[in-house]
Amino acid sequence: MERIPILKMGHFLLVTIQVDLYDRLAMDLEANLIREVNRTGAKGVLIDISAVEIVDSFMGRIIGNIASMSKLLDAQTVVVGMQPAVAITLVELGLELPGVHTALNVERGMELLQGMIISDDIIIDDDDDTFPEKGFDKDQ
Amino acid sequence: MNATARIVKDKKSEIFELWMKNQLNDDGLREDLMNNEDLRIQSEELLDSLAIALNTTDITDYDSPGFDTVNEILAGISGSRAMHGYSPRETGLYVLSLKRALLDILQIELAGQTDLLYQETLKVNNLVDSFSITTFETFIKGREEVILRQTDEIAEISTPVIRVWDGILALPIIGTLDSSRTQVVMENLLQEIVATGSSIAILDISGVPAVDSLVAQHLIKAVSATRLMGAECIISGIRPEIAQTIVHLGIDLSNIVTKATLASALKFAFNTMRLEVRRKTVNA
Amino acid sequence: MILSLKKDLIKINREQDVVLLRNRTKEFAVKIKMGLVNQTKLITAASELVRNMLRYGGGGEVSVEAVTKGRDNGIRMIFKDSGPGIADVNKAMMDGYSTGKSLGLGLPGTKRLVNEFDLKSELGKGTTVTIIKWANG
Repeated sequence: MERIPILKMGHFLLVTIQVDLYDRLAMDLEANLIREVNRTGAKGVLIDISAVEIVDSFMGRIIGNIASMSKLLDAQTVVVGMQPAVAITLVELGLELPGVHTALNVERGMELLQGMIISDDIIIDDDDDTFPEKGFDKDQ
Repeated sequence: MNATARIVKDKKSEIFELWMKNQLNDDGLREDLMNNEDLRIQSEELLDSLAIALNTTDITDYDSPGFDTVNEILAGISGSRAMHGYSPRETGLYVLSLKRALLDILQIELAGQTDLLYQETLKVNNLVDSFSITTFETFIKGREEVILRQTDEIAEISTPVIRVWDGILALPIIGTLDSSRTQVVMENLLQEIVATGSSIAILDISGVPAVDSLVAQHLIKAVSATRLMGAECIISGIRPEIAQTIVHLGIDLSNIVTKATLASALKFAFNTMRLEVRRKTVNA
Repeated sequence: MILSLKKDLIKINREQDVVLLRNRTKEFAVKIKMGLVNQTKLITAASELVRNMLRYGGGGEVSVEAVTKGRDNGIRMIFKDSGPGIADVNKAMMDGYSTGKSLGLGLPGTKRLVNEFDLKSELGKGTTVTIIKWANG
């Protein structure tokens, strides 16, 4: 039986979809991936769809499900490498994958996940430091 | 063979001379555009092909392949006249003046046979009317081709994707955004994002004359598609009157980063990428 | 007037047939030089419709056809099933409506992806959906 491999890389799980997904295969992936997130305690899931030519509403729903389920298990999901034609089609279809993070490629996806985990670990909220205030705080 | 076909065959030169005479006496004759010799050649070719067609094909079958040559010659005449600067009206009158000549000769030849004359006149009318429609169609088709080609050119040249910084793309959009244009813009933008690995794209709409709800929808689509690819999209160049229309129309752009100028969009992009532009200190 | 150039019939009984249909649709689209984005839209639309067919109509038959109209070339696809049919076609064409547990953007979303969309359904007899995507549409 066909099966999509799930690789573990440090704190993350990496799935590269390279075959044409039909429904059963996609649903198996959803189940297996969630089981793996739970078993390994992964903090992030990267789904590489750069080789996928078609994402229809069913596939979109599976990706959304994986993101929501992973979140319940405290893991973030990033979809990487979506083809331009696929993105345009999804928008036209009205499917914008809310709640799913996206990145251009696996490398950027990793960076994004790292960033999210770090901000998760450090509880101190140091707001936005792009506009540092100079000196005059309390004395006013 | 019907009466008209026979008359056109036997009296071709009379018809031709009468037609030429009518044309040359007409006030609308454009000697500035075509000399009389060329006009003669053109007209003779058309009449010859008509005589041949009538010889083999019934006069009422002007849509059948038997009249293909006539229609081709007509299309050629219409096309070349359009290029020479004839107005469609002038070309139309040229074809209709043939009807006049044909009917005059018919009247002489069929004198006394009122019924037959009436029948044949109707047929000639229909035939020449169909010819004039052909010339108009060719004329319009020629114009349409020009328009289509220009549309393609405009779509291609008017959507450049500029790499303003490593990782930042800018698209100045000039002119109205319709759905086919949006498609081209989106495709160019997304492909360039993949090709350059850029994480931020700035759509500058300073050159877009008006933003209605349809245009806004197209912009929102472009932003959504960019996000699905894993990049961020900023819209800049929002003029005060455009901000007014957006709010008055009740369009929700709150999920989209919008900036007044390309400069402030660029500043925002630098911030997001944790870049800083600083004045150089001259002395260490 | 729309003229047919080449036609193919594909029977849809199982999920895996969806992959077959996608590939055949792609072959047809490539042959008439349809651009990548329009190809993707067409195949996605076909994918949606064939899934509906399997879920609600119990399978059926799809015809893929290269057609031409004047200067335009396109792909026409007809999805025919003999399932229970759709009770309220207008309602089914509204965004957000679904009887199954899908996202409920099947039909209206699909319609947005193609140039022509026609749905005929008769209760108890089945549903026929016809779509056309022009190469430059």
